[in-house]
Amino acid sequence: MATASTSLPSAGPVSGSRSFLSRLRDGDEIARLITFVFAATVVLISILLVLELWHDSVLPRHKFGLGFFRTTTWNPVEGDFGALPFIYGTLVTAAVALFIAVPLGIGAAIFLAELAPPRVSDTLEFFIDLLAAVPSVIYGVLGIFIVVPLMRQYIAPSLKSILGFLPLFRGPAYGLSFLTAGIVLAIMIIPYIISVSREVLLSVPRDQREAALAVGSTRWESTWKVVVPFARSGIMGSIFLALARSLGETMAVAMVIGNDPKISASLLAPGYSIAAVIANELAEATSELHTQSLIELGLVLFLLTFVLNGLARILIVVTSQRGAGRARA
Amino acid sequence: MLTLTGVCAAVSVLALFLILGYLVVRGGASLNWAFFTRLPVPVGEVGGGMANAIVGSAKLLLFATLVGVPIGFLGAIYLAEFSGSKMAFVVRYAADLLNGVPSIVIGIFAYALAVLPFKQFSTLAGGFALGLMMIPITLRSTEEFLRSVPNSLREGAMALGASKWKMIATVIVPAAYRGILTAILLAFARVAGETAPLIFTAFGNNYWSAGWTQPTASLPVTIYNYALSPYEDWHRQAWAGGLVLLGLILMINIVARGILSRGISVSRS
Amino acid sequence: MASVRPAVPVNIPPTATTTPRESNATLSMRMTISKVNFFYGSKQSLFDINMGIATNKVTALIGPSGCGKSTLLRTLNRMHETVSNARLEGEILLDGQNILKQDVTAHRRRVGMVFQRPNPFPKSIFDNVAYGLRINGSKAPIAEAVEKSLRHAALWDEVKDHLHKSAYELSGGQQQRLCIARALAVEPEVLLLDEPCSALDPISTAKIEELLVQLKDLCTIVIVTHNMQQAARVSDFTAFLLIGQLIEFSPTPQLFTTPGDPRTEAYITGRFG
Repeated sequence: MATASTSLPSAGPVSGSRSFLSRLRDGDEIARLITFVFAATVVLISILLVLELWHDSVLPRHKFGLGFFRTTTWNPVEGDFGALPFIYGTLVTAAVALFIAVPLGIGAAIFLAELAPPRVSDTLEFFIDLLAAVPSVIYGVLGIFIVVPLMRQYIAPSLKSILGFLPLFRGPAYGLSFLTAGIVLAIMIIPYIISVSREVLLSVPRDQREAALAVGSTRWESTWKVVVPFARSGIMGSIFLALARSLGETMAVAMVIGNDPKISASLLAPGYSIAAVIANELAEATSELHTQSLIELGLVLFLLTFVLNGLARILIVVTSQRGAGRARA
Repeated sequence: MLTLTGVCAAVSVLALFLILGYLVVRGGASLNWAFFTRLPVPVGEVGGGMANAIVGSAKLLLFATLVGVPIGFLGAIYLAEFSGSKMAFVVRYAADLLNGVPSIVIGIFAYALAVLPFKQFSTLAGGFALGLMMIPITLRSTEEFLRSVPNSLREGAMALGASKWKMIATVIVPAAYRGILTAILLAFARVAGETAPLIFTAFGNNYWSAGWTQPTASLPVTIYNYALSPYEDWHRQAWAGGLVLLGLILMINIVARGILSRGISVSRS
Repeated sequence: MASVRPAVPVNIPPTATTTPRESNATLSMRMTISKVNFFYGSKQSLFDINMGIATNKVTALIGPSGCGKSTLLRTLNRMHETVSNARLEGEILLDGQNILKQDVTAHRRRVGMVFQRPNPFPKSIFDNVAYGLRINGSKAPIAEAVEKSLRHAALWDEVKDHLHKSAYELSGGQQQRLCIARALAVEPEVLLLDEPCSALDPISTAKIEELLVQLKDLCTIVIVTHNMQQAARVSDFTAFLLIGQLIEFSPTPQLFTTPGDPRTEAYITGRFG
């Protein structure tokens, strides 16, 4: 991957001896300056974003400190705010989503990368890319009008009757719940797992597969025992990316999770997520502390996704470098 | 095992068709002229439309494009043609960071910068939030496509006496235009469906939004509000709005990919 | 070891092997290269090059891979400046003026280049040839200039009815002639060609070689080639380089029949290369 500009940096010698103004008359220097300003703007914006999140969450940080993360009350009237229910809800829905989406997604990616003929693979990938383009609010609409009633009428009762001995599936179930949100989230993140994993699998060098087949493995054995393990960092990376996505996902979750800031063991109970509470309350926050507590939640979300995205990228690069290294050797 | 993984793939793709199917069935019937041309009517009355939301979305997206595309495009030119490797790393890192920020957090940023100081929700604030989201997509893709133009073309232009900026403007960018256009379209399609950042920047409006400094209705936010409401008529309109929104987004995606597959303009010899 | 033949002085004394037409004339030098040393970072790749490029003649640069012939060629139109750690010491004169002190884009209009692989722009045939004229804000009527250049490049008849088709629809040999036309359109005084036929088939190669001999009257030509027969066929003067040094520089027939340096002889008889 190239890091610097292409190898033709200037039309002529870059001489420091000319004054800034005389260089400025040269069209190339103006072009460099203008494009630099715009590129620097991107850096400026990202710095400002982090600073702003930090600066505008100062009140709750001073008032609650780390207790913010241990408290379960969320009381705008009395000015008492705690992040725990939202962090819980965010993590639980993400876990449910991953539980459903990872096996499906990786299975589909393996099919597309290793087992399907190229044309089938490309066509299906086209549709999967379109699925990734469906906006969150549409998933929310489908969630409210299709998944919630299904949950209430069929899924929850079945789960309760079959698995009701587990604390996960107890209690009243009105359709809006962690589980519903997790299911909707799962459908949303599957395309990401599929595209990234598929690409990672496709980048595994041919000689790995061929070596496996040459000692008599079946197609499936070579895939499952050689190719997938080779690509496992990249696949982990795709899972992290999908996780980051599901943590930050707002609309679909807000529409089906129930918006109840409580921690429950049961997946069938309503809950709340960080993104959902910000969406619901920021515009009409009742006090400065309220607003800033929401912003502190936003900061938490930012940090979580930042770390996950960073890890994901490292893992994906690790796989592609393994591939490149092998190919060179 | 082939069948098992194949089923996984089939289920995933099936989801797309189910979604489209539902939208067409539930929303298609509600699409009428009134939907596109009329303002929302008070609850209880029938026959309102989403005209203000559609126009509002158009204004928001226009401003977003004006904010996001120049920054992304010119920044990419800097990365591909002018920058050294240190600055390039920093800019790319910032772009990737911005790309990974959940849209609700971008909304908070826009709220702090463009709503709080003016004590007012506005189209500009909403467009600003969306524009911020367009930057990283436009920048990274444009940079990739500029880099993919072979160096032989750069040398050819310089050997004819072109200065660097002329070379970029008359040879490189035209050679990469398909990819750049695709990048812009995909960025546009991505933010067209965004709801979360608009909820507390553009907010919403039951009437037409005059100018750029008033709160405005938008298609995604209106769909969201209607779907959560208890009114059957609004539910119907939410489906219709969803169909229009998704239809628009899918169409842009398909067109964008079509432009790209017609080939990047590189020498075949 | 025999001494290296000294660089060509400003006036080349006539020898028995020059053509009769030139036997009483002294040749003028369009370009003069003096005391040129060239470095990529700390690695030196050209050592004390001194030679003249004769006006309206074809000068060939030959030598084994890595001898520096392309490096030397690229200094003549300052393309070496596109590489960040390239450094040139010495002087290169065009019509008596040091090219290193001129505005580089203006200089490159006077000294054009055709590359090893054809590199037409993704534009129409017409727009490719017109490119140089348009970016230099030329006031000349473009269509006529394009036709003139295409005729000089022996391409006009093949493309005159298809000027608005994409350049990429042409064959490799046609694309290279298009690149020559594109370079000629800005009416350069010198045309540099860097192994222009190495990516082409024999028929296209023959066409371009024919072309070069005719183009001499228009401009001065310097060609780098790894094909000695080609150098012998088209050039008037040949310079032999080896590991960054100019070993021998003489009128072509002389260099190929009676080379002065044993290394030259070894190269042209194929003992290495």
